[in-house]
Amino acid sequence: MTCDADGVAIMMTIFARIRHAIAPLVFLTMLSVVLQADAQQTNANAPVDPDASAVKEQTLLQEESRIKGRIDMPDNRETVLIEPAGRVWEHFHEVTLRWIGAIAILGMIALLALAYAVIGKIRISAGRSGRKVLRFSGFERFSHWLTAVSFVVLGLTGLNITFGKLLLRPVIGPESFSALAQVAKYIHNFVGFSFMTGLFLIVALWIRDNIPNKVDIDWLKQGGGFIKSKHAPAGRFNAGEKLVFWFALGAGAAVIVSGLLLLFPFYIENIAGMQVTQVVHAVVAVLFIAVILAHIYIGTVGMEGAFEAMGTGEVDLHWAEEHHDVWLADALAKERIAEPPGQPTPAPAK
Amino acid sequence: MARMKFLCDADRCINCNACVTACKNEHEVPWGINRRRVVTINDGKPGERSVSMACMHCTDAPCAAVCPVSCIFPTEEGVVLHSKDLCIGCGYCFYACPFGAPQYPRIGNFGSRGKMDKCTFCAGGGGNEETGSIEEYKKYGANRLAQGKLPLCAEMCSTKSLLAGDGDIIAEIYKERVLKRGYGSGAWGWMTAYHEKISV
Repeated sequence: MTCDADGVAIMMTIFARIRHAIAPLVFLTMLSVVLQADAQQTNANAPVDPDASAVKEQTLLQEESRIKGRIDMPDNRETVLIEPAGRVWEHFHEVTLRWIGAIAILGMIALLALAYAVIGKIRISAGRSGRKVLRFSGFERFSHWLTAVSFVVLGLTGLNITFGKLLLRPVIGPESFSALAQVAKYIHNFVGFSFMTGLFLIVALWIRDNIPNKVDIDWLKQGGGFIKSKHAPAGRFNAGEKLVFWFALGAGAAVIVSGLLLLFPFYIENIAGMQVTQVVHAVVAVLFIAVILAHIYIGTVGMEGAFEAMGTGEVDLHWAEEHHDVWLADALAKERIAEPPGQPTPAPAK
Repeated sequence: MARMKFLCDADRCINCNACVTACKNEHEVPWGINRRRVVTINDGKPGERSVSMACMHCTDAPCAAVCPVSCIFPTEEGVVLHSKDLCIGCGYCFYACPFGAPQYPRIGNFGSRGKMDKCTFCAGGGGNEETGSIEEYKKYGANRLAQGKLPLCAEMCSTKSLLAGDGDIIAEIYKERVLKRGYGSGAWGWMTAYHEKISV
C-alpha cells in the first residue's frame, strides 16, 4: 500500500512541476494574443484615407454639370467653382454660331441672287395706270421704318460681336476696332428699345389683317406672286407677307425677351441661364436677319411698284390689282362710300 | 520656358481666405472685385472640402477665344493676360470661363460692366504699359513675375495647399505629397483647365 501511496505522491509532484513550468508559457501566449489585438487597433502602418468620405471632383461633375459651393462673399455668381460648360458655350460661339450665321445669311443672299437671275424683277404686267391708291398711312409707315431702321442697326452691331474680329479687326486695327465695338455695344443696347416700340406698333396695327384665311390657301396653291403669268388672290397682306409678319412677331419676341435678360445680367438667371439666353438670342437673330433679307429683296429690287407702298404710302392701281385684288376691291368700295358717286371705278382684276 | 499653373490641394485647404486677402492687398484690388475666392463644397457636412480658385490660366483659354475684340491672350509662360485698353466690357469671358474668374467693376445693366479684371498670375498687364511701371500697377496690379517672384496667394498659403509655378514642378510636388501621405483628391479643375490630370 505504501508503495502505491508513494507512487501517487511522486506523480502529484511531477504534475505540480509541469504546471509551474507551463503557467508562464500560457501567460505569455495569452499576453501575446492581447497585445496583437491591441496592435491591430493602433497600427500606424495601416492605410488611412481621409478622402474616403470626402467630395470628389469627378463624382460631383457626373452628378451635376457644375460644382457649386459656399463662399464668404455676397456674390452668388461666384459660388460656382468649376463649370466645364463654359467651354461648350465657347465652342458654340466660336464655331457653331459662325456656321449657322454664315450659312443662313450668305445662303439667303445666294438664293436671292439666284431668284433675281432666274425670275428677275417682277413687273406690273398691265403697266402703270398712273392712278394711285393709298396702301399705308403715315403712322403705319413710321412704325414700319422705326422697326426697320432699328433692325438694321441692331443687326449690324450684333453681327459685329460675332464676325467683327474676323472681318473688320484685321482691316482697321485692334485699337480702332475696340473703340468701334464699344460704341456698337452701347448702340445695340439702347436701340433695342426703339425696336421694341416699333415691333409693338406694327403688331398692334396689322395683326387683324394678318390672320390667315381661305384666300391664303389659294395664294399658296398658285405659287404666290412668283409665277409671272398668274396673279394669286390676296387681301391686304398675302400669305407670304403674313408668314413674314408672324415670323417677325415670334422671332422679335424671342430676341426681345432674351435681349432684356442679357441687358440685365444675372438678375433672374444663373450662369447656365445666361449661356442659354445668349444662344437663343444669337441663333434667332441670325435667322431673323436671313428672313428680313428676303423681305427687303421683294420690297425693293424684287418687285416693281412694291417699295412705293412703304415709301410714299401710295401704290399704283394696277400693282394693287395684280397683288392685292381682294384688298383693292374693299378699299375702292370704301372710297366709293366716302366719295360722291360718278367717278368711273375699274373693276378689280382676277 | 515654364508653363505657369495653379494647383489647389483640397486636402490641405482650411478655408482661411489668406490667399484672397493677400491678393486683394498686393494688387490693391477695388471693392467688389475678387480675383481669388475660396469655395467650400458640402459646407458643414462630413467630407466637406474647400478649394481656392482664381483664373487657372487655361490651355486654349475659352475667354480668349470668345472675346469679340481679342483682348485676351496667353503669354509665352501660359499666363492668360488681357488689355484693359481694348476690353469693351461685354461680359462674354464670364460666360465662357469654367472657373468664374473674370470680374467687373459694376453689375453691368445696359452693358455698363466696365473693364474686365482678373487674376494676372501676378504678371502685370497685357496692355502697352511698361513692365513694372506705376501705370501697369494701377491698371492690373503688381508684376511679381517680372521680379522673379511667384504669385503671392500661393506664397502666403499657410498650409501650402495652394501651389503656383511651373506646372511640371508643382505637379511633381503634389505627386510626392500624395505618395507620402497615401491619399489625395486630385488637382481640382486641371482636367477642365489643362486637359490633363496628375496621375499618382
